[in-house]
Amino acid sequence: MTAAAVALQEIVDAAVDAHRGRIGALLPVLHEIQDKLGHVPPDAVPMIAQALNLSRAEVHGVMSFYHDFRAEPAGEHTVHLCRAEACQAMGARALERHVQARLGIGFGETTKNGLFTLEPVYCLGNCACPPSIRINDELHARVSPEKFDELIARLEAAG
Amino acid sequence: MDTKVHVRVFVPGDATACALGSDAVAAAIGAAASSRGVGLELIRNGSRGAFWLEPLVEVETAEGRMAYGPVSIADVAGLFAAGFPGPAEHPLALGPVNGIDWLASQQRLTFGRAGWTDPLSLDDYRAQGGYAGLDRALGMSAQQIVDEIKESGLRGRGGAAFPTGIKWQTVRDAPGERKFVVCNADEGDSGTFADRLLMESDPYQLIEGMTIAGLAVGAAEGFIYLRSEYPHCKTVLTEALNRAERAGYVGDNVGGSGRPFRIELRIGAGAYICGEETSLLDSLEGKRGLVRYKPPLPAHQGLLGLPTLINNVLSLAAATTIMAEGAARYRDFGSGRSRGTLTVQLAGNIKRGGLVEIPFGLTLRDLVMGYGGGTASGRPLRAVQLGGPLGSYLPEALLDTPLDYEAMAAAGGMLGHGGVVVFDDTVDMAQQARFAMEFCALESCGKCTPCRVGSARGVEILDRVIAGRDREQNLQVLEDLCATMVDGSLCAMGGLTPYPVRSALKHFPEDFR
Repeated sequence: MTAAAVALQEIVDAAVDAHRGRIGALLPVLHEIQDKLGHVPPDAVPMIAQALNLSRAEVHGVMSFYHDFRAEPAGEHTVHLCRAEACQAMGARALERHVQARLGIGFGETTKNGLFTLEPVYCLGNCACPPSIRINDELHARVSPEKFDELIARLEAAG
Repeated sequence: MDTKVHVRVFVPGDATACALGSDAVAAAIGAAASSRGVGLELIRNGSRGAFWLEPLVEVETAEGRMAYGPVSIADVAGLFAAGFPGPAEHPLALGPVNGIDWLASQQRLTFGRAGWTDPLSLDDYRAQGGYAGLDRALGMSAQQIVDEIKESGLRGRGGAAFPTGIKWQTVRDAPGERKFVVCNADEGDSGTFADRLLMESDPYQLIEGMTIAGLAVGAAEGFIYLRSEYPHCKTVLTEALNRAERAGYVGDNVGGSGRPFRIELRIGAGAYICGEETSLLDSLEGKRGLVRYKPPLPAHQGLLGLPTLINNVLSLAAATTIMAEGAARYRDFGSGRSRGTLTVQLAGNIKRGGLVEIPFGLTLRDLVMGYGGGTASGRPLRAVQLGGPLGSYLPEALLDTPLDYEAMAAAGGMLGHGGVVVFDDTVDMAQQARFAMEFCALESCGKCTPCRVGSARGVEILDRVIAGRDREQNLQVLEDLCATMVDGSLCAMGGLTPYPVRSALKHFPEDFR
């Protein structure tokens, strides 16, 4: 095993140990690994399968079913743009075009400088004050194109 | 600083208030108070759900809580200059919070405590009637608790409106030693935030409600399945569960009764379908969230194939009110077969958006025009989507329909989880119909063909209609497709997606020409 594989195995083992014996441990384990690494590397799939007595297909099936789990690293900041109806009613479609043009990427993509990943989301539960975006774990309400540019400029300035 | 001055100032800390800048407002108030030598105690309360007034800052006085809102950081210096936190003549001064008509005219049962206190304070919760329901339940037999819920007339608040007491009875009667209580907190419908508000502003109410449910059905294990899109809520619930456990309200010996009930918080992973109860169970079991065939009902064979009570957040929360105040008092609210209060969320293009808890029977117009004040844009209202992304689009002419389950169904709408999303006259209803199909295609679990394939075909057909290609023929195919999805889908995802599509076509045909 390479040093990287050993390190990954340790992370997987720790995640599995934290949730061993729980009903349906796979989702908590995947969350734990992704919280730590920002994604679940493909090399982790057979390790998780082995540890939880599942097939690789089962682990891969769960990973690919849920929108949250990603096999590739994301950018430093993930922008979740709400595309659902309450936000549509307040200009989310126009905001979506603006955001994609401003960042120069589409959904599921990461900017070349590695700073931003853009993901669609369907409702952030902030429907009385739309349109809404979430940057990492921080929610923003009534996001106009101008407000979006300010938020992004602040993060770009911070590096 | 004069530490004898002890003014309590409240700045809400729920996700929407924070999204509107309440953290910065709280910090600015703290800094302004320090620099002026004003002694104040800053409390991060929950939100009352009057989101159009957030950040809604309140000051405790001998005459009650005085409200100011919506407060931005830029307003803080001016407020202090006007005498804040003492009596302040200021354009943002709203007077006593109890005098704000938008709030005072509501009938708050489930949301009665929201916004008054620090949501994580167990002392505050108890001081405001919390745990009175559990105390009473601990002195009753399991069957007596179930009977009380039945008599209340409570119907499930997740969307399907199934009588809650009958569900509890079914789980209680199901044979087996090991049973579960599962709270469906996967509030995925656009236009809804009531579950989030309750969990962030009054989390112990849910914990207490689940515990009562556990005693009633004979379950010792509970799960809250919370959507991952609510990270703020996760933080609050995690801490609330820790504190409830330390205080002995959950754990091996609930309230000193010798009976166990544990609650585990589980986080979803961004799949809308997991709000469907059987899909949620598969997800809890660590699998893809595939919808199951019914029967068997989850009440008979749910989590791990064992008897499982699955209820929405608000249904479980309502159990605390029913147990504390009695079934009769709860029944007294409401109309027809819709008992208790109705929780509605005013969302989208609306001037005064937020959470409204009212008796059943008011009309949609009372809500949207009265409470909501019409559109935020000031343009004419054109459509209202009721009951989430699977709910019908209603035109202005249908706003006089009374808000109860039966009257709404007769008008072709459904209350669902109470989401009301308002659109002004700039909306393109053909695009809304297309989005309904697109959303279904994105979020279908893929188990049944009408939903998995039908939604993808629906997007294509609507694209052709919108492009003006063979319009009449394509609309006929669309209608056939909708009929197949309604009749042939395994669950409400595929079965209800045609509702927004058909209602858009029916009420707004001009947008499809």
